Amino acid sequence: MTERRPRSFYVLACFFGLFLLFLYGPMISILVLSFQGPEGGLVFPMTGFSTHWFQRLWEGGGQVEIGSALRRSFALALVVMVLTVSFSVLAGLAFRRQFRGATLLLYVAIASLIVPSIVVSLGIALEFRLLDDAIKAFGASAGIDWITNDFVSALGPFTSGLGAHLTWTLPFGLLIMFAVFNRFDPAYEEAARDLGATPWQTFRHVTLPMIAPFLIGVAVFGFTLSWDELARSSQVMGADNTLPMQLAAKTTTVTDPEIYALGTATTGGSVLLVLVTFTLVSLMQRQRRKG
Amino acid sequence: MTDALDTASEARPGRASARRRGTGRAGAALAPYLQAAPMALVFLIFFVVPLAATIAVSFWQYTQYSIEPAFTAQNYGDVFYGCVANLPQLCTTFLTYLSTLKFCLSVWFTTLVIGFTIAYFLAFHVRTLKVQVICFLLCTIPFWTSIVIRMISWIPLLGRNGLVNQTLMSMGLIDAPLEGLLYSDFAVILALTHLYALFMVVPIFNSLMRIDPALIEAARDAGASGAQTLRFVIVPLARPGILIGSIFVVTVVMGDFLTIGIMGGQQIASVGKVIQTQMQFLQFPLAAANAVILLAAVLAGVWALLKLVDIRKEL
Repeated sequence: MTERRPRSFYVLACFFGLFLLFLYGPMISILVLSFQGPEGGLVFPMTGFSTHWFQRLWEGGGQVEIGSALRRSFALALVVMVLTVSFSVLAGLAFRRQFRGATLLLYVAIASLIVPSIVVSLGIALEFRLLDDAIKAFGASAGIDWITNDFVSALGPFTSGLGAHLTWTLPFGLLIMFAVFNRFDPAYEEAARDLGATPWQTFRHVTLPMIAPFLIGVAVFGFTLSWDELARSSQVMGADNTLPMQLAAKTTTVTDPEIYALGTATTGGSVLLVLVTFTLVSLMQRQRRKG
Repeated sequence: MTDALDTASEARPGRASARRRGTGRAGAALAPYLQAAPMALVFLIFFVVPLAATIAVSFWQYTQYSIEPAFTAQNYGDVFYGCVANLPQLCTTFLTYLSTLKFCLSVWFTTLVIGFTIAYFLAFHVRTLKVQVICFLLCTIPFWTSIVIRMISWIPLLGRNGLVNQTLMSMGLIDAPLEGLLYSDFAVILALTHLYALFMVVPIFNSLMRIDPALIEAARDAGASGAQTLRFVIVPLARPGILIGSIFVVTVVMGDFLTIGIMGGQQIASVGKVIQTQMQFLQFPLAAANAVILLAAVLAGVWALLKLVDIRKEL
C-alpha cells in the first residue's frame, strides 16, 4: 500500500511509546492504588481491592478535607472561564483592526505569561495590602464604622484571586483568538453585510457560529487552567484555599491512599470534561456541515 | 458590550455600511479600543500595577509588622549580603541562583531532546492527520490533571518502598532501597520534565509542520545524508518553535517553587521558595527585592530570545 517504513520510524515510534509510558505510568499507578484495600498504604503491593478510600473521601472527615475548597475552586473556575472567553473574543475582534497600543497590549499579554508566577502573585498581594492600608486609613479618617470594625482585607478568591487567574488565562485566550482570526475568511461577513445584516446580526449569525467551536476550546482551557492553578494563587487567596492549594499542603502530611482517590476522581472529572467538549464540538461541526 | 460589538464589526471593509447606518467614523474608530479595554484593564490592575508596586516596595523600609514608604536600598544590600566580600566563597543568594540555574539547564535539555524527538516523529513519520490528532490527544490528556496530582503520582514509583526500588531489589541489583529517588534533585528534574515536556512538543511540532517538504527533498537530491538534512535544514527551520518552547520552559523553571518544594521534600532551595518564605514572615520589601532580581534575571534571558522570533507570525 505505502512505501516501506525506514528503520528510524521504528526507533522513533518506540521513543514515542516510552514517552507515553512516562506520561501515563505514574498516573496509572495512582489510579490502581486508589482502589487499595482498607489496610493498604501509599505504595504497592495492593492489599485487596476496594472503594474504601473513595467512600472516605465522599463522606469527608478523613485526612483530606476538600469540600469547601472544591466548591470554591469550581465557582472560581466558572467565573474565570466566562470572563476569559468574553474578554478574549472582544480583544480578538479588536486586534483584527489597527488600534494604538495594540503591540503594547500584545507584549503585556506575553509578558504576563513569562513573568514568573511567584512574582505576579507577590505583586498582586502587595497591591492589595497597600489597598487595605489605604481603605483602613480612609475609614478611620472619614469615620466609617463598618470599615474600622469589620473590614479585614480586600484579598480574596473573587477579587485578587480572580485577577491572578485572569493574568494566566487571558494570554492563552488571546493567542488562541489570534490563531482563529488569522485563518478566518472575512468574505462571509462581507456577504452578510452586503445582504443588509446589521453589524450585530453579522456577529451573532455569521461570525459567532463560525468561531464557536474554538470558543468552547478557549472555555475549557480557561476552566482547567484556573482549576489547576497553584503558583499564582499562592499569595492572593487571602484566608481561603483553593483545591490545588489544599492538595499541595497535604502532600507532606497525608499517609493514606485517600489522596490517590482524590487524584483519580479529579482526573476522571477532567477527562470527562474534555470528552464531553470534544463530542460537543464535533456535533456542532457536523450540524453546521448539514445546515 | 453590544454597543462595542455593533460599532466594532462595522468598521472594517464596511465603511460604506457604517455610513449607511449613519454611525460616524469616530464611533467606528473607537470600537477596537472599547473591545480591547476589558483585557487591557485586567492586565493593568493585576499585572502592570502589581509589578510597579513590587518595584516600589522593594525600596521601602520595613519593621516587624509594617512596611513604610521611605526610600532605602538596604533590601538589595540584604539580598546580596556577603556576596562580594566573601568571594570566592559563594553567598546564599548566588548558591540559590546557581541551583535554580542547574535545574533550568537540566530541564531545558531533557524537554528539548524529548520535545524535538516527539515533534519530529509526529510531523514526519505519522502520515495521516487523523493519527496525528490521536497521538496529540494521547499526549495532552495527562495535561488536564492537576499538577499536584501529577507530582504525587511519583510517590508510589520512586518512594523508598516504591515500585522502582522493589523491582531493583527483587532483581537483585541492589541490596538496600535507593534513597535518592524521591525528594532529590533527580526527582525534581524528572517531575519538571514530566510536567512541561508537552510545552516543548507543541511549538516545535507547529514549526516542523510549516517546513515545505520540497526543501527536504531538495536536500536529499543534493546528496545530503539524513543527519545533514536534520542539522542544516530541519533544525534551523524549527528554530522559532524551539525558541518559544525554550522560553516557556526556562521561565517556568526559573520561578518554580512548588515542584522543587514538593519533589525536593522542602529541602532544596530555589529563588521562588525564598520569596515565598519571606512573604510568610511578612518581610514584604525583602521579598519584593528578591522578586525584582528574579524578574530581571528572567527577562534578560528572554529578551534576547524574543528578539529572534515574532510570536504573532508563528500562529
